[in-house]
Amino acid sequence: MAPDRREFLAQSGKLLVLTSLASAAWEYVLAGTPEDAPGYRLDAHWWGMAIDIERCIGCGNCVRACKTENDVPLEAAYFRTWVERYRVPPIDPQHPQVEPNPEVDSPNGGYDGFPDKDPRGEGWKTFFVPKLCNHCAHSPCVQVCPIGATFESPDGVVLVDKKRCLGCRYCVQACPYGCRFIDPRTHTADKCTLCYHRITRGLTTACCEACPTGARLLVDLKNPNDPVHAFLKNNSIQVLKPNMATGAKVYYRGLDGAVR
Amino acid sequence: MDGRFRDYAHLLRMAALFGIGILAFLAARAMFVPGDFGVYGFYRAGAIEDNRERTPKFAGREACADCHDDIVAKRAGSAHERVGCEACHGALHAHAEDPAALTPERPEGASICQMCHRASASRPEWFPQVDAEEHSMGQACNACHDPHHPGFE
Repeated sequence: MAPDRREFLAQSGKLLVLTSLASAAWEYVLAGTPEDAPGYRLDAHWWGMAIDIERCIGCGNCVRACKTENDVPLEAAYFRTWVERYRVPPIDPQHPQVEPNPEVDSPNGGYDGFPDKDPRGEGWKTFFVPKLCNHCAHSPCVQVCPIGATFESPDGVVLVDKKRCLGCRYCVQACPYGCRFIDPRTHTADKCTLCYHRITRGLTTACCEACPTGARLLVDLKNPNDPVHAFLKNNSIQVLKPNMATGAKVYYRGLDGAVR
Repeated sequence: MDGRFRDYAHLLRMAALFGIGILAFLAARAMFVPGDFGVYGFYRAGAIEDNRERTPKFAGREACADCHDDIVAKRAGSAHERVGCEACHGALHAHAEDPAALTPERPEGASICQMCHRASASRPEWFPQVDAEEHSMGQACNACHDPHHPGFE
């Protein structure tokens, strides 16, 4: 007998409910349980970086190593890490109330080092500041992502889910350190991943590996034997933009007040 | 029943519409939200593994020591002891995996040395830096210095 309207509605209601339940269950099955790499526990690490300004010589090895390791586009303006040079003029004794304005430059992000002979004269204070993603514990970029395509992993690294990212650029705008960019090839957000594929295999990051003076050091704050604890205790430590309370985990020794 | 609640059929129709809408939403959500979303936080847990999927290009200095322990011994105690091998020789993970597959190039005369050691007012004063013309008349650095043990003690 042909189904009447009431029966038809009842059948399609049941079909809808069962299909949605089944597809939810199927998705769950397909996704599987996220497995840690064998031997690497997500809850055993809390990654950060320690940077010693007084040792940085502005050679640009870190910038070149990062671009090589992570296949970053070679054009300028795409940097996962870069080096800035600050040149602070001396206070003029004739006009001591005039506050000296630092000059900041970063030619091609420091990729070729700083090739000019630095024409600044005596009395100028000059230094280099390597910068990268600070892997903030209270990250503004994670907060603003509308779909959860960027996140802080349980071991403290802020990562991008390339499969989910829409390229809306909200995170690029939100980052106070300017460390995010849109990869021109995939049109998704990209940034320093703290060489996640290396640190989870017991290697150090490419930038720390390449640094000849030991100015950059990968640190694991959860490891009681890590040298970071002595580093934080024995030195004057700053993070970039502390007033923004981002929980930045890149710790600078010897960071001058002129650095923004 | 009380007279006020006698006409309730219209409410049932509204409730049915809401019910269908909610079910449709839940069905769509089940389809579009990945299964491992929300396991650790507001993100797809599989993305952590995705970020590990990249072959390293730098091997790290410990990998070099496995075969080149003679060079490691030469560098011990020198000013370059803590400089990584790949800082000068480039990314060599492929070479560490299969030495025949990739032969590292020897860095050219002065080009690689001057990246660090070219005199610049921005560099810290304790760091050894020279003007190539004054120091060596433009000669290659390794004419006098052994890059693996640059000092002359």
